[in-house]
Amino acid sequence: MNVDSLKRGIVIDHIKAGSCMDIYKYLELDKLDCSVAIIKNAKSNAMGKKDIIKVEGLLDIDLDVLGFIDCNITVNVIDDGKIIEKKKLTMPETIRNVVSCKNPRCITSIEHGIDQIFKLSDPENHVYRCAYCEQKYEKK
Amino acid sequence: MKHIIDPLDLSVEELDSYLDLADRIYANPEKYAHVCDGKKLATLFYEPSTRTRLSFEAAMLNLGGSVLGFSSAENSSATKGESVADTIRVVSNFADICAIRHPKEGAPMVAAQYSQIPVVNAGDGGHQHPTQTLTDIMTIRALKGRLGNLTIGLCGDLKFGRTAHSLITTLARYAGIKFILISPPELEIPDYIRDNTLIQKKIPFQEVERLEDVIGNLDVLYMTRVQKERFFNEEDYVRLKDSYILDMEKMSLAKDDMIVLHPLPRVNEIAVEVDNDPRAAYFKQVQYGVYIRMALIMKLLEVNDIEC
Ligand SMILES: [Zn+2]
Repeated sequence: MNVDSLKRGIVIDHIKAGSCMDIYKYLELDKLDCSVAIIKNAKSNAMGKKDIIKVEGLLDIDLDVLGFIDCNITVNVIDDGKIIEKKKLTMPETIRNVVSCKNPRCITSIEHGIDQIFKLSDPENHVYRCAYCEQKYEKK
Repeated sequence: MKHIIDPLDLSVEELDSYLDLADRIYANPEKYAHVCDGKKLATLFYEPSTRTRLSFEAAMLNLGGSVLGFSSAENSSATKGESVADTIRVVSNFADICAIRHPKEGAPMVAAQYSQIPVVNAGDGGHQHPTQTLTDIMTIRALKGRLGNLTIGLCGDLKFGRTAHSLITTLARYAGIKFILISPPELEIPDYIRDNTLIQKKIPFQEVERLEDVIGNLDVLYMTRVQKERFFNEEDYVRLKDSYILDMEKMSLAKDDMIVLHPLPRVNEIAVEVDNDPRAAYFKQVQYGVYIRMALIMKLLEVNDIEC
């Protein structure tokens, strides 16, 4: 794939510098057959530095996962070398099986086969809490 | 089918109707002696608790029903590695309603997801204990005549104290409530209570270290136990430990109509001399606990109230 000109696929842009690998992991891009380009520390007028991910051949990704990570990310859908759609990201109310609870007292630490569920509890401060124990999800 | 997992699973209106039913049972218990004939309560206690389990069992027996269950993880299939999800699917075939106590937070919620019968959270880790709260508010309503316009002091381990979490969450919905939170810095309320319940809903609250400084302002004092192991350092423990022990000296600073509640068991955080003070309500509280659990069982089993 030519990194500069994507014919058909998705460009995930304005990723906070340093967090592209998290997104790679959460979107499970490693499981895809298509080519993926990861650009770290690209120059950005607004952000200083940013990361970009380009995925060739794919037109559909889990926007909830991206909204959960960072609403400022932009997603452009490219076809025939042109942007055909700019996707708007919102913080999802619930995310399922994307991240897991780190509270050792939480039932999810011992009970197998249940979904890891986080709910948006404070949109203003982008706070998600475990649906079972209410512990806050800490990014790092 | 309804489950009681979180204190907010009951609206204020539902709460009122539960309390009203409990009052009617309290006034005429013999009338309710057979309303649950043939019904079974399963008590799934993965963690020992004499009081809560006996209170649930007494409530069901008082209604004419029967009880089955286990009283510690060692006596259950949990030691063989059975999941909560599987256990509740099995127990759903044996009983009509179940009360579950578990050391892990959120276990009753998992049970509710897989259950065919109503599930009641009888305490999950350091998280919530909604039926203790039903007991607490029945006591407050009976003795103070109202659930709003009260200054409530909660004293002790507010970090892991699930009874305190559930009580704050519940009372925060009534008008004119003010909280005074008395604890060592290490044992302050968790952020989900501070941020989601108090700050987001603009409930007035104050956090202090010493009970003697604020006891005079309280309408209700809710005592909980502070365990020495919970302190991060010996110095804080030595400095503060006496602040969390209620004795007659501190009671002399309190209002004449303040009431003292405690979820029990007590160790030494309330001196025995306080028991004879008319403001001590913690044994009365145990009695109310059975009536409110009777009301809870009737409501969840959708048993109609007796026409008076
Ligand atoms: Zn959790």
